[in-house]
Amino acid sequence: MRGLAVKGPLLLAASTAVAVMALAVRPASVGAQAPGSELTSQCASCHALTKPADATLDRLWSRKGPDLWYAGDKFNRDWLVAWLQKPTVIRPGGVLWFKHAKPGEPRDTIDSAAVEKHPAVDAATAGRLADQLLSLKSDGLVPEGAFKPEAANAAMGKLGFSKLRGCVACHQDAPGTGGVSGPELYDAGQRLRPDYVIAYTRNPQQFDPHIWMPTLTLSDPDLQRITGYVTSLGKESK
Amino acid sequence: MMLRYGIAALALAAMTGAIAFHQPATAGTESPKIAASAHVYDTYCAQCHGVQRNGKGVNTIGLSVQPRDHSDTVGMSSLPREQMIKAITDGGASVNKSALMPAWSAVLSKEQIEDMADYLTYVCKCNQGK
Repeated sequence: MRGLAVKGPLLLAASTAVAVMALAVRPASVGAQAPGSELTSQCASCHALTKPADATLDRLWSRKGPDLWYAGDKFNRDWLVAWLQKPTVIRPGGVLWFKHAKPGEPRDTIDSAAVEKHPAVDAATAGRLADQLLSLKSDGLVPEGAFKPEAANAAMGKLGFSKLRGCVACHQDAPGTGGVSGPELYDAGQRLRPDYVIAYTRNPQQFDPHIWMPTLTLSDPDLQRITGYVTSLGKESK
Repeated sequence: MMLRYGIAALALAAMTGAIAFHQPATAGTESPKIAASAHVYDTYCAQCHGVQRNGKGVNTIGLSVQPRDHSDTVGMSSLPREQMIKAITDGGASVNKSALMPAWSAVLSKEQIEDMADYLTYVCKCNQGK
């Protein structure tokens, strides 16, 4: 009985240790076809730089950082260069929200102290890493031109995001407004490419079959509007 | 003497810790199916329905509708298994409930969803004392 009681905190301590270790930037060896060596040495210990062969639920739970094997389809270069020098928390629940959620009243909370912090690099390194990240492509998951800016209607998109389709349940569209299990989107306009936002929203499981973002049954006009709204966020502040 | 006292204090602290921190439902001696469903629940459902399955998940801060409390024996007992399966598969709107409950058919297999319905019956203790 005592052995059982001790197990919980021990596990907690062990997982904290793992999280701390994950923060250290260590070189790691990955497959021979791996991208740039600097990217590999700096990033591969926490991020998948090639499409994982074993995309299981257990793999998701052991992830130390978000997958970057489609970073070139996902990110804007200017944002990458700036963020790598001065990283902010993009995922309020941490890399894996379920590892940081704790019960509470009136609701569960995130143990913010346990949320991973990303190491910063200098400007020259940030530029080189950004270039290497932009060379990582999903090989067809993000069709170019899928987002049609002329069809976007930010007001309707906001309505869809906040009310009709419930995106706000998991994502913040303004600091402190919205759920915490998904990445914040209030600077998505600077961070993300619209063709990626629409492709990912259309089918998140194409990128990871076990990711906890559900596939909503959204019509193409819905997707266009919501993508238009999401990629308008944070643009005015830069 | 001091050592023994230290061990006792450690054990006490450990027990307090074990009570303070939520023990995932996977920690016990349940059947493998129940344990597997609990793991799926922790990954996908608990973000809204709560780590204690009480409808108080981290995301409820942004929700206009309170998610169902799966630990509520009375409330859950009136919910037919078929309706649970339909709500998980096709989303809340398909059973005239909130559209904030999304469809999970793209993430979970038919079998996983059926197992989840069994798990929910287990969580709410709905099949006991009848």
